[in-house]
Amino acid sequence: MGRIVLKDVTKAFGDVTVIPPLNLTIEDGEFTVFVGPSGCGKSTLLRLIAGLEDVTSGRIEIDGVEATAAPPSKRGLAMVFQSYALYPHMTVRKNIAFPLRMAGMDKAEQDRRIAQAASVLNLTDYLDRRPGQLSGGQRQRVAIGRAIVREPSAFLFDEPLSNLDAALRVGMRLEISELHTRLKTTMVYVTHDQVEAMTMADKIVVLRAGHIEQVGAPLDLYRAPRNLFVAGFIGSPRMNFIGGAEAAKHNAHTIGIRPEHIAVSAEAGEWSGVVGVSEHLGSDTFFHVHQTGLADVITVRADGEVGFRHGDRIYLTPRADVIHRFDETGLRIA
Amino acid sequence: MSTKASRNAARLMLAPAVILLLGWMLVPLTMTVLFSFQRYLPMRGGFQGWVGFENYASFVTSSAFWPSVVTTLVIVGSVLVITVVLGVVLAILLDQPMWGQGIVRILVIAPFFVMPTVSALVWKNMFMDPVNGLFSHLSRFFGAEPVLWLSEASMPSIILIVSWQWLPFATLILLTAIQSLDSEQQEAAEMDGAGPFSRFFFITLPHLSRAITIVILIQTIFLLAIFAEIFVTTQGAFGTRTLTYLIYQRVLESQNVGLGSAGGVYAIILANIVALFLMRIVGKNLDR
Amino acid sequence: MARTVTTTRKSVNTALAWAIGLLIFFPILWTVLTSFKTEAQAVSDPPVWLFFDWTLDNYRTVLDRSDYARFLWNSIFIAGGSTVLGLLIAVPAAWSMAFVPSHRTKDILLWMLSTKMLPAVGVIYPIYLIFIKMGLLDTRTGLVVILMLINLPIIIWMLYTYFKEIPGEILEAARMDGAGLRNEITYVLLPMALPGIASTALLNLILAWNEAFWTLNLTAANAAPLTAFIASYSSPEGLFYAKLSAASTMAIAPILILGWFSQKQLVRGLTFGAVK
Repeated sequence: MGRIVLKDVTKAFGDVTVIPPLNLTIEDGEFTVFVGPSGCGKSTLLRLIAGLEDVTSGRIEIDGVEATAAPPSKRGLAMVFQSYALYPHMTVRKNIAFPLRMAGMDKAEQDRRIAQAASVLNLTDYLDRRPGQLSGGQRQRVAIGRAIVREPSAFLFDEPLSNLDAALRVGMRLEISELHTRLKTTMVYVTHDQVEAMTMADKIVVLRAGHIEQVGAPLDLYRAPRNLFVAGFIGSPRMNFIGGAEAAKHNAHTIGIRPEHIAVSAEAGEWSGVVGVSEHLGSDTFFHVHQTGLADVITVRADGEVGFRHGDRIYLTPRADVIHRFDETGLRIA
Repeated sequence: MSTKASRNAARLMLAPAVILLLGWMLVPLTMTVLFSFQRYLPMRGGFQGWVGFENYASFVTSSAFWPSVVTTLVIVGSVLVITVVLGVVLAILLDQPMWGQGIVRILVIAPFFVMPTVSALVWKNMFMDPVNGLFSHLSRFFGAEPVLWLSEASMPSIILIVSWQWLPFATLILLTAIQSLDSEQQEAAEMDGAGPFSRFFFITLPHLSRAITIVILIQTIFLLAIFAEIFVTTQGAFGTRTLTYLIYQRVLESQNVGLGSAGGVYAIILANIVALFLMRIVGKNLDR
Repeated sequence: MARTVTTTRKSVNTALAWAIGLLIFFPILWTVLTSFKTEAQAVSDPPVWLFFDWTLDNYRTVLDRSDYARFLWNSIFIAGGSTVLGLLIAVPAAWSMAFVPSHRTKDILLWMLSTKMLPAVGVIYPIYLIFIKMGLLDTRTGLVVILMLINLPIIIWMLYTYFKEIPGEILEAARMDGAGLRNEITYVLLPMALPGIASTALLNLILAWNEAFWTLNLTAANAAPLTAFIASYSSPEGLFYAKLSAASTMAIAPILILGWFSQKQLVRGLTFGAVK
């Protein structure tokens, strides 16, 4: 069980309000990702749930029980930190055993759980090493192991992958997703990386300046961003925004069109422009198109084999059914 | 960044240290200030009434006061100059590549760990004794008359002993500071055509200025309070009576607590002036 | 990049540094050598350097002075006791300031430091009176308390700088793992800070061992430590150089060795972290 409810939660550091009143329900078993630019309050929100900070006002309930004033040790949650926060003076085994030891669990049960967690996380051969002797990925797995052995009602992840190199990050992302599938425990995951959010989440919470901008399933956010901020934040490369006369044609203040929703042609199309930088990823190529008369630059995605060069004039045609329309306040026009 | 519970715990855990130090500071200080306004002679009738600032006036006007201030300043000043100058030279030397650097470091730092009574006594008897001291042997070897160090050259003797004790401290701190000097900066200066002397004056010395300031301030605080070195050697005779020793004599030897306390207040004010500068530097360091 | 240095230059450096090093160390070396001489050899002119009849008699004589052991024990008790007591008070305080800082933390730290600057001679008489009233004069307990108080700021400062280097996330992890405050400190903070705590203790032992104002003035026959024992050699026994040397060697040897191990921490502790 692990249903977490935040009711009118606020947080201020001195005179600075970091989280204005906020309401959110995280359902049991859900993989929820808090995403937003740095300083948006996502980590603070996670720390409020963890009990490492106390709320300025409002209530936090965990599994229907009021937990607002409970210390972190009494909330039954486990957390994986950005720096892993392993105990450097303890072996891997002792690190993983620590929460069990604190809970006063008997030795046999401790050993059974450690063995199980170690085999799940491929740590069996490393149990007697110190964290200092492990690679970044292994340390991350120890941190996860320490979290899972105590079978918490929810896991909290604070940007756990940001210290890993790119290749490991993809691998760990999959491992955490698999772990969630197997354990079916609530997970709350904080990241600034929208790719992590899109690939892992059941539910994404987009935050800006402590406000929830939108909550929803990844594809819902992708298909129907509620405002310009979410539209620009979710999706990679970023959505193109076009204002002025072109937007007015669609009865909007601003229209947004994703790079992958624009067809490219050498001969004809609705818009035209000159190719600037091309990013060749192999599978796809992104062209930065200038002199379109619409925006400084329009990014478009084409097949990896499409071979326009710097300075070529090309023609662009947006897919009419996926043009996002926004009003002057930045809100989506349904 | 924390919860109310942890902030409360923190306050509770800080309390014993704060209360103890507050008591340590306030209780004796208040008593000293109170005594300083009294005529108070424990051996000759005890408390004999309030006298206002009389003790302060007579402490300053007594014939022993100004000489003691001069003695204090001469000792503190000379030791500072000797230890800082030699400390810089030694630190630069020890920073050079050499064989057995670790052992030399150990040899140089050793005097700091010798308890003051031991070093004073060893110097007094085994080196400065006019009959059997090593220095007198040395003088005779060169055919000279042995010097009566602690009576005829009392101040240089005391300064020598105290400098020997504090040179290691200055050297160690300055060496630590030199080792934090970026060697690329030195090399850049060398590329720019700076010779060893201009490199010393334009790069090393400015880099050391903070460490030198700290050495000066910390040593000043300890040097103002030197006691054992004089207690064991001259007992304040032969012009070696420092302010600290004078106060000590007034309070504990002649048991004139009122007068001594007034002197104590002067000493406290003096130390606080130095401390103020030290706090500034350390405080700035905290912000980094 | 290490600079390349000619062997000649390195040799000159080495010779010069060793010469100066030995010169500075000489009084200690001479004391140790003299402690193994006979009294006659100790004062012989010209002095004897290494080729004398090495003897342990002086040590035996000093140890036979029945009270030497008591002075030694007093030194150990006072230095050790004040260190342990100081750590007990300083660890929680340093934890508070390092991990739950408030806007007042800096001021409190500086204020604590400023109490270290209080000249002892300014407050000796009140302390003397208080000690008489409380029956602490010439007791080990009294000196333990005084030496703890004068060194407490240094202990707190050193622990504070060591604790600051421990990432707060690790302590938070312990909290998330179900550890209360006591377990957090016992199982996570203290083991991690152990090297720092050890150096702090070492420096404090040295300072307390060598302290010579309070130990000389607040003790008589009963609680006097080695500082007072040595001061008692002032005269006339001080003229027996070999015995004086043996006593001195025994008084400084343990602390000299501890001191060599803690040079780095000494810099940090005595400059309150302003030079690292």
